[in-house]
Amino acid sequence: MSALFRRHGWPLGLVMLLIVAFWIVVQVVLPQLLMIDFSFRPNLLPDEMGGPKDVLTLTNYETLWANSVHFGIFVKTIVASAAVTLLTLVVCYPIAFHLAYELKGPKAARLMLVLVIPFWINEILRTFAWYIVLAYAGPLNAVLVAVGILDEPMRFLDGNGGVMVGMVYAYLLFMVFPLYNAIESLDVAQVEAARDLGATWARIHRRVVIPHAKPGIATGCIMVFMLAAGSYAVPALLGSPNSRWFTEIIYNWFFEGGNWNQGAAYAFILLLLCVGFIFAMMKTFRVSLGELTR
Amino acid sequence: MNGAKTSPLMRAYLVLFLSYLFLPLVIMGAATFNDSRFPTVTPWVAFTTKWFDALFADGKMWDALVSSLMIGAGVVLLAVPTGIAAALVLQSVHKKARTLLYGVMVSPLLTPGVIIGISTLIFWRERFGVGGGPLLTVIAQASFISGYVMLMIAARLERFDRTLEEAALDLGATQGKVFRRITLPYLAPSLIAAAFLAFLQSFENYNTTMFVRGTDTTLTVYIASKVRTGVTPAVNALGLILIGLTILGAVVYELRRRKTSPV
Repeated sequence: MSALFRRHGWPLGLVMLLIVAFWIVVQVVLPQLLMIDFSFRPNLLPDEMGGPKDVLTLTNYETLWANSVHFGIFVKTIVASAAVTLLTLVVCYPIAFHLAYELKGPKAARLMLVLVIPFWINEILRTFAWYIVLAYAGPLNAVLVAVGILDEPMRFLDGNGGVMVGMVYAYLLFMVFPLYNAIESLDVAQVEAARDLGATWARIHRRVVIPHAKPGIATGCIMVFMLAAGSYAVPALLGSPNSRWFTEIIYNWFFEGGNWNQGAAYAFILLLLCVGFIFAMMKTFRVSLGELTR
Repeated sequence: MNGAKTSPLMRAYLVLFLSYLFLPLVIMGAATFNDSRFPTVTPWVAFTTKWFDALFADGKMWDALVSSLMIGAGVVLLAVPTGIAAALVLQSVHKKARTLLYGVMVSPLLTPGVIIGISTLIFWRERFGVGGGPLLTVIAQASFISGYVMLMIAARLERFDRTLEEAALDLGATQGKVFRRITLPYLAPSLIAAAFLAFLQSFENYNTTMFVRGTDTTLTVYIASKVRTGVTPAVNALGLILIGLTILGAVVYELRRRKTSPV
């Protein structure tokens, strides 16, 4: 700490410390702690606060177990987010491999630049684009009916399918980049050696490329899962009342149910889910936190 | 050097993948010019530019734009100084403390946006009686955008030659002057890039904003609400304009980045 004052002098050093303290304490840590505290308290009227009823309780957490609709949506959100993550991995792996192993250098940089373009665009707009594509009278239905794959248009925007397609689209890049970074450092000689020894294409990927790409796979999966589980925009735009997401339930507790304590408990459950997923991935792929944020 | 030949299968996949990326955006853009009450390209009714007029005549859209610009400016003003201070403080603490501090600083980047919005909302209402609105939106957005800024500044600081500062000090410059004349100018390119990214992040934020906005409507919230309640191709016109501006910004950003970093 004294190094800071030696380097920048005390007035400037103090200003920096205060700014950082404001960020860390007031913007990041205290709000999280209060949210957790809030989630263990009953929803009280203002004049009941601090009174005999203001005690720590697990009631808000029991609600999730007791309410089968909410619990069902919670489980659905986990399963669907995991499916989105897996789907994104499968869709992105060939591209990342192509970029990092087959193209390399300036060619890869050029293609990457093209891939990045959609991701500069507002997530809401990208999702809206899918809203148009998937609409009942939209182009996808028109094409599918014209080619004869469908007899009549399908309601894509009525279920979880549309939401999942939109999510894969929205979070692709968070998978491509970590995969690319991991595969890029793969030694060509390793793959060639495997091929010379008679390994098939599938075996090379399973035994050489994928093990090498483990940190990238872990990072990409963590990012996509968290974005998917925590997404509010995509289900709100591409979903229907039949395909509600857990974040929408949380939102309703705050702005329709008016029970912030209950909402805080659900939010904390979502946070625990994400933290749990991170640790599960780190254990499965045997990577450290340092390797993840690299 | 090429690692391997590209197989026809990979080529086909690449084409498919790129269509997946760009076709929806093209369709959205094309729907702007279709004379249909609902944004679509099927059926194609007739070419029109009337949706631009409809957009420009929409007072609520302009209000939302102003709100987005002000919140974006607020986030830049808060997050950029925070990011600079954080990166410099991080450099001057001991190794153990650094790991912990770094962990806390990047944690908002790994937290779902809705949770950042919720915790900010609860904290400010309970402790200070401040409800949702533009101020809270700036505070909530900056709490994670500062993390991005910190990472960008820290990356540039890593290559900074500290002896420059020491030489200036030896030659009699005050510490304040060293910061103003040496450290800050060195950081300038990443500061501009960070400010641009911070603004863009704020502008397009939805998940966090939904919880802290109160009755304030940003442009992104406005677009989403339009899609949910009675969408017309005027939204496409807005989208097309935003896409144009974003790509322009991205190209300028990329060109600047290539000029300033030798790698």
